[in-house]
Amino acid sequence: MLEHFSYIVTVFLMVAGLFIIMAHGNLIRKMIGLSIFQTSVYLLYIAPGKLIGGTAPIIAPEYGIYSNPLPHVLILTAIVVGVATLALGLALAVRIREAYGSIEEDEILARDNAIEDAEEMRA
Amino acid sequence: MSIAAHLPALQVVVPLLAAPLVVLLRHGGVAFAVVTAAAWAAFATAIGLWLQLGQLDAGGVISYHIGSWPPPWGIEYRVDRLTSFVLLLVSGMAAVVLPYSRVSVLREIPRELHYLYYSMFALCLTGLLGITITGDAFNIFVFLEISSLSSYVLIALGRDRRALTAAFQYLIMGSIGATFIVIGIGFLYLLTGTLNLADMAIRLREVESYRPVLVALAFLTVGISLKLALFPLHQWLPNAYTYAPSAVTAFLAATATKVSVYVLIRFYYTVFGESLVFQKLPLPQIMLWLSLMAMFGASFVAIFKNNLKRLFAYSSVGQIGYITLGLSFDSVNGLTASIVHLFNHGIAKGAIFLLIGGIVASMTTRDAVPPAPTFDRLAGLAKRMPLTCFGIVLAGLSLIGVPGTAGFVTKWYLILAAMERGQWWLVGAIVLSSLLAVAYVWRFVEVAYFHAAPAGSQKNEAPLSMLIPAWLLVIATLWFGLDTSFTVGTAMDAAQELVKIGR
Repeated sequence: MLEHFSYIVTVFLMVAGLFIIMAHGNLIRKMIGLSIFQTSVYLLYIAPGKLIGGTAPIIAPEYGIYSNPLPHVLILTAIVVGVATLALGLALAVRIREAYGSIEEDEILARDNAIEDAEEMRA
Repeated sequence: MSIAAHLPALQVVVPLLAAPLVVLLRHGGVAFAVVTAAAWAAFATAIGLWLQLGQLDAGGVISYHIGSWPPPWGIEYRVDRLTSFVLLLVSGMAAVVLPYSRVSVLREIPRELHYLYYSMFALCLTGLLGITITGDAFNIFVFLEISSLSSYVLIALGRDRRALTAAFQYLIMGSIGATFIVIGIGFLYLLTGTLNLADMAIRLREVESYRPVLVALAFLTVGISLKLALFPLHQWLPNAYTYAPSAVTAFLAATATKVSVYVLIRFYYTVFGESLVFQKLPLPQIMLWLSLMAMFGASFVAIFKNNLKRLFAYSSVGQIGYITLGLSFDSVNGLTASIVHLFNHGIAKGAIFLLIGGIVASMTTRDAVPPAPTFDRLAGLAKRMPLTCFGIVLAGLSLIGVPGTAGFVTKWYLILAAMERGQWWLVGAIVLSSLLAVAYVWRFVEVAYFHAAPAGSQKNEAPLSMLIPAWLLVIATLWFGLDTSFTVGTAMDAAQELVKIGR
């Protein structure tokens, strides 16, 4: 149980994030869920990269075990992507709030459906 | 050092540099010139790569080492037949859509946002080209996000406020898809310790633990299917295509989902290998049924849509069904049909959305929200815009798969692949689903040609700068329906290469 601790946390965050995205109609909460979901992946990459007792990969006679630095580099990129996604999502939420006066998904849908029904009536 | 040796890098770098340059210049007209030049340069580069590849033997690959780091340590750009084919499609579509954008964007996007439109377009092009050309798994994810984030912005540029919600919905679905893809890549990396696709494929053959490979395969399949809008993961697509600016719809419809299909083919054949994906798992059956549901379900829904853009958006979901149907056959003919349909559907749907953009532009007065192209507004359109309507009909024939159009070539190979496996009922299903396409294309024909135009309407053809790019694509659909040496020849070579690697 304990040796798989990091994986359990990873999977918990993954599922929690996905659940928040699906269960909530509030756009900001959806973005929070998405962030948690993306964060879980950082853990998925980083945790296996660490070896207990391992050092940075510098060849020297006194060290024999090295940790792999590549996952950190990859996740740095993924973090940047996550920040950009979050920023764009929040910016869209602001614009949606300006256009509709709401960030609740069901209210937005109700307002759009009213317009679409009117269009169908004309057709 | 000659430029020819660096074409693979230039393919991505030129549009990538154009994007920030345009933001710094902050001028709509200059931005248009710079990005169009970059797109044409990208198209020229793709042609250059195509010619270089032609000089190599069959199965030859152009491998480019970024920063001279040899693979598998450094990032490798790898161009084979399939890559080169998709690069030509993506950069070619950008080269056609950008000149068209000038007038279309003037009518549909506020003036102060024009330079941002061109900048995002350049980034989206960079991302799509990057996904295609790179031979590194993590690099695929990074380019995927570059193209996705910029396409969310492009969609949100639509004047209708529903464009915002469509973009948001796409952002959520697209990010989930992309995250699934990174998880899949993460598992593969943990198993093999490499990110280079070719190296990964070799090491995966030696891996004994079977289960993590399956997990990776499952995550990648679901993630990529979300991106390519495989039924029933297509919910983001109709709204995004309907409310995005016309030029954006045309470009994304012709390229974004197609590049995702390319990624799927790449992972299935080059990395996992055909035997794992298609012979040990029930994946072909699942894909077959999902494809059939897309072909029938989405095409059926399309018939009842009143907004022309939405109608053809649903038709896109149906047409993607044909592409995945070809994949599910797991044969050279099936794969050929898939690869050919990437191209054929790309140009036909691109043409249709460009022409619809012309209709929207003719109905729009400056600085007003463009009206939706609903059928009640299109009555008697053929009198007002004869060339536009005729173009939509010709490209529509290709969606149906009438002989003499590009769509027929695809259907032909799909039917060949079905007959090879003795599945005669599938031949019937392919023909039947084409009838649904007849129904939705006919709806347009009926309204545009046989309904009376409103009194006092005059001839009001779309401007030439919009008609010429659109008609180029219409002529291409006819051309590639008659002369298949380029499309089928390449797709066949690529399919044979892939099946050989996959074994």
